[in-house]
Amino acid sequence: MDLLDNLGLGLQTALQWQNILFCLIGVALGTAVGVLPGIGPTATVAMLLPITFSFDEPVSALIMLAGIYYGAQYGGSTTAILINLPGESSSAVTAIDGHQMARDGRAGHALAVAAIGSFVAGTIATLVLAVAAPPLARAALNFGPAEYFALVVLGLIASITLASGSTVKALAMIVLGILLGTVGQDIYTGTPRFTFGIRELYSGINFVSVAVGVFGVAEILRNLHDPQRRTKMVDKVTNLWPSREVLRSIVGPVARGTGLGSVLGVLPGGGHVLASYASYAVEKRTSKHPEEFGRGAIAGVAGPESANNAAAQTSFIPLLTLGIPAHPVMALMVGAFIIQGITPGPEVMTSEPELFWGLIASMWVGNLLLVLLNLPLIGLWVRMLTVPYSVLFPTIVTLACIGTYSLGQNAFHVLAIAFFGLLGFVLLRSGCEPAPLLLGFVLGPLLEENLRRALLISKGDPSVFLTRPISATLLALAALALLLAVLPTIRRKRETVFVEGE
Amino acid sequence: MASPQNEVDATARRGLRPRSDADLIAGLVFVAFGVAFGVASLGYTIGSLREMGSGYAPLLFALVLTGLGIGAIVKAYVSPDTHHPGELPPEDGSVGLGFERVHWRPIVFVVAALLFFALTVDGLGLLPATFGTSAIAAFAGKGMAPFRALLIAVGLTVGCYVVFVLLLQLRLPLLGEWLG
Repeated sequence: MDLLDNLGLGLQTALQWQNILFCLIGVALGTAVGVLPGIGPTATVAMLLPITFSFDEPVSALIMLAGIYYGAQYGGSTTAILINLPGESSSAVTAIDGHQMARDGRAGHALAVAAIGSFVAGTIATLVLAVAAPPLARAALNFGPAEYFALVVLGLIASITLASGSTVKALAMIVLGILLGTVGQDIYTGTPRFTFGIRELYSGINFVSVAVGVFGVAEILRNLHDPQRRTKMVDKVTNLWPSREVLRSIVGPVARGTGLGSVLGVLPGGGHVLASYASYAVEKRTSKHPEEFGRGAIAGVAGPESANNAAAQTSFIPLLTLGIPAHPVMALMVGAFIIQGITPGPEVMTSEPELFWGLIASMWVGNLLLVLLNLPLIGLWVRMLTVPYSVLFPTIVTLACIGTYSLGQNAFHVLAIAFFGLLGFVLLRSGCEPAPLLLGFVLGPLLEENLRRALLISKGDPSVFLTRPISATLLALAALALLLAVLPTIRRKRETVFVEGE
Repeated sequence: MASPQNEVDATARRGLRPRSDADLIAGLVFVAFGVAFGVASLGYTIGSLREMGSGYAPLLFALVLTGLGIGAIVKAYVSPDTHHPGELPPEDGSVGLGFERVHWRPIVFVVAALLFFALTVDGLGLLPATFGTSAIAAFAGKGMAPFRALLIAVGLTVGCYVVFVLLLQLRLPLLGEWLG
């Protein structure tokens, strides 16, 4: 049985003591930073990314980063429940009923149910990932440049479909990211582009500077601007372990959430957000007591949390099999892969089986660690919420500086953070989401390379993208995704007009 | 959060003012980058569809970005913001707050802290640069007392020394050449 052999190999790697340790540090750090107000998983991973570069073993670095990611996600749902401050958009759903439960004095139940649901969902989704990844990677090996180009286009367009806000601005952010990605030596001719003679720019704008600037610094500046978002918190958590009836009542929601999450997580661009919303809607519709939703329904926490976590696992599928990140955190993982000297894509599974399966197995280990670590430590996390902004922000700025500087000891990368921080802040204030910019930046070089290669092979005939069936299908899907992105804007505009007419 | 938006809408009725500052500024930033990249890419080989030169793709994307930027500017004048008044903007910042009430203090101090680190870390070394950076960054928050900033800076410098030098064993120069 291939699957068992592979998982065995993965567990062997993941259960080496240093990898368990890195996984533990990752989930602990991730939860800690995820709990801190105003910093979501993307900013957390961006800022802690440089720490992992000094590791000798690429697999340890990736295991720790993955740990930070789901740790931060978990921390985000903790704050959603306790202080109604979702760390990111997918835990916004958890806040609806979770925070209501906390207000009724059932914070312990909500947290425990979220943890258990997440663990079960994570376990199942990890298996889904292990089963689905190999055939997909094999199929992707047959992709030519035209197919890859179409795939990248689909990934980029789909990433804005599920996001909120203006489509024009999101598209522009993608293109701006692509342009920033062209800085540096042209892979075909070696011509340095847009470098202004600055030696540091020959190898391109540093990925970490962009990520830390746009997600970290810009977010700090935004938080220092409107710190009133903090609401009263629940200071004591009791009654953690739920009764057997409660456990029995969440079996259905967890199972449905896991199914939804596993499927939707594969979608590029915030499938996990869609998954938690979808799960909430399903639970509300199938519930015998739909009136409880919004007033502290336990299924409204268990379902979305499971969906969210399952999607977080399966969102690794496009990354590991195609090299295409599904959302900004995965784009950060691409950066981590590249800095470790590995190009993510279908070859990784065969060329680095230990790393591939080790990473997958470590996700399960990480989920287990999260449950073991977080339920007993919930008091500590609650106390972390009281860390004042005045200490928090200097810490983040300093960590970002040292971490980025330690990459090749180059102060230029720190200067670049300041530039991208300011740019990110201006764009954030003008209602532009930073995620598409980062995806464009990471995928831009891949887009250009495959565009040029495909046209070289077709002797300059652009119809190659439409005559090859897979490429044509992918592009048609991208067009559909774009249409979907535009439609809600039109609808919302109508609503606004309607409201104004009253 | 909704009130500045309403004010913008109100001013918009008085004359040809942008209904949405956010769209206008975003559009201007996009056009600026689009034009800059576009002009710069003309300096490289453009080539043909069959054999694209170094400048082909950047020029293409620069044109698209400029077009989208113009689209955002036009939208700033003709259409109301798609955001519902009276509803909190989502956490992810997808709806801009505009530039009605920009506080300069955090921007100045956070950027100054980053610049201080970038410019002094090679000369002064890691520890003094860390100390200065955290002290400057501490002043980004409102009403920071100097003594408290000093405490934060000392604490952070010691903490970073423990984490990066003792635990992670990064080989970074602790004291730079300027200090002998």
